[in-house]
Amino acid sequence: MEGNLNALTMVFTEFYYWVTIVMMFLIHVGFCTYEVGVSRRRNHLKTLMKNAMAIPLVTITFYFFGWWIYFAFVNGPGIVDGGLVTSNFAEPWSPLMATHLSGVNPGEVDVTPAEAAYWHRLNGVFWGAFLLFSITTASIISGSIIERARSSAFWIIAVLIGSVLWILDASWGWHPQGWMVKLWGYHDAYASGVVHAIAGGAALAFLIVLGPRIGKFRADGTPRDIPPHNTWLVCIGLFLIYTGFWGFYAACNIPIISPEAIAGQITGPMWTATNIYLAPTTLSAITLNFLMSLSGGMLGGYLISKGDPFWTFSMGLCGVISTSAGNDLYHPIQAMLIGAIVPCICYKLHYFVERRFKIDDAVGAVAVHGYGGFLGVVVAGFMLWGQPSSPYEGFAHINPLGNFAGAVLMFLLGFIPVFIVCKILNSFGVLRVPRKVELEGVDFALNHAFEASVAEVGQAEKAMVNK
Amino acid sequence: MSTNGMESWAVDLSTVGAIYPFQGSEVLMVIIGLVFWIGWHVLQTRQETAELAEDEAADRSGDETRKAIDRYY
Repeated sequence: MEGNLNALTMVFTEFYYWVTIVMMFLIHVGFCTYEVGVSRRRNHLKTLMKNAMAIPLVTITFYFFGWWIYFAFVNGPGIVDGGLVTSNFAEPWSPLMATHLSGVNPGEVDVTPAEAAYWHRLNGVFWGAFLLFSITTASIISGSIIERARSSAFWIIAVLIGSVLWILDASWGWHPQGWMVKLWGYHDAYASGVVHAIAGGAALAFLIVLGPRIGKFRADGTPRDIPPHNTWLVCIGLFLIYTGFWGFYAACNIPIISPEAIAGQITGPMWTATNIYLAPTTLSAITLNFLMSLSGGMLGGYLISKGDPFWTFSMGLCGVISTSAGNDLYHPIQAMLIGAIVPCICYKLHYFVERRFKIDDAVGAVAVHGYGGFLGVVVAGFMLWGQPSSPYEGFAHINPLGNFAGAVLMFLLGFIPVFIVCKILNSFGVLRVPRKVELEGVDFALNHAFEASVAEVGQAEKAMVNK
Repeated sequence: MSTNGMESWAVDLSTVGAIYPFQGSEVLMVIIGLVFWIGWHVLQTRQETAELAEDEAADRSGDETRKAIDRYY
């Protein structure tokens, strides 16, 4: 019976994560839709491809080294005892990173029976769920830099943020044994900091080096609005992101696990769902909190933007992001109120930064993700003050200072490396498209080819008339 | 001190119920939530009234209105 129960739990867990991967694909349909809608028509196809090609690039690099980073760097290394952690099952040459059953072949190196029994069903789906988080982190930057960044430059940054920086921060602050959880009590259940703040920091760094779009700022320094070519499409894109976000939330949980398997302080026989830190929560709790924080964001966003469709939908997303750090534990009304107030602050910050520092963020990604994620982590430090960060003994409790320090670290971990790489790319002249190309639209060659084909086909068809 | 009364997970989960912060303030939270909801309707209605008044006051010649009718979509 025990063997059957374990097998059933494992197969259920495998299927659960598989479903979340499928749902999270909608986030990327949404990102593509939304970015195409925001760009002017003369840029929309290159914008689509810039974001879409982040998917295969982050996928293969996350396979080559990203998954390994998550397990290897939990101790810093050098910040807490333990050094670099050996994780054979996450190395790209490991048979467990391929099609593998529960046994071990004779002569199969670096695969123990216990590892095979555990990872053969879970490695692929865990990797896949984390991969979708990785691609999301990269895509967040994509929208802010439209219409003037070179795709090649973005794709280098996408690999950096998606397969190195975010997964490093996850190793530190989004792993049951991460040093930020042990020492700082860092709590960020649904990735306000580990995905959104770091991506926002990276986007801000890219924007500072890249510069604004031509025509964005008047001679006196005041910003012009560059309207989307299709606002309806933008909003549908955000709506799709909301839908995919459900998969993100479910994938951040462990669906069912026993106290014995957690091997922490929890006593008694009762199995539970947990957050990523293996501390108890429920899918029901995050369902309540997701919906209430989304609603708070949309309601607050509607008022502060006076019903602007783009900002209302964006603030809905910001509402979810700003409560994500604590949505495993908040009361739904707390989630609604935090989800309403923080996005309003982020909205004001977006326009302040735009005016004061001449930052042209085409989609408000720095505000929605960067400031929203940062503030979300900070708020969680206060709201959850004193609560256990982990089911393991000796970990720091959740506290405002630990979460504040964590939020700063997340933002800077995105900002600093991306700033340096963008400066290098800019020095080689490969960060931004030439002025002429930007003014005529990055789709210029595609549009010319289209018009030439239309003209030729039209001539051929006309020649057929009256024959 | 802990905002939800728990300081460790060294518990039998069958004895743990609510885990959200500031338990005991549920009625107050509901009241604040209701005020937020009703307040939203009041503020939104005022915003909408102001916006519609501006729309009415703009271009009293009727030219923009006729153009909108001709444009149809």
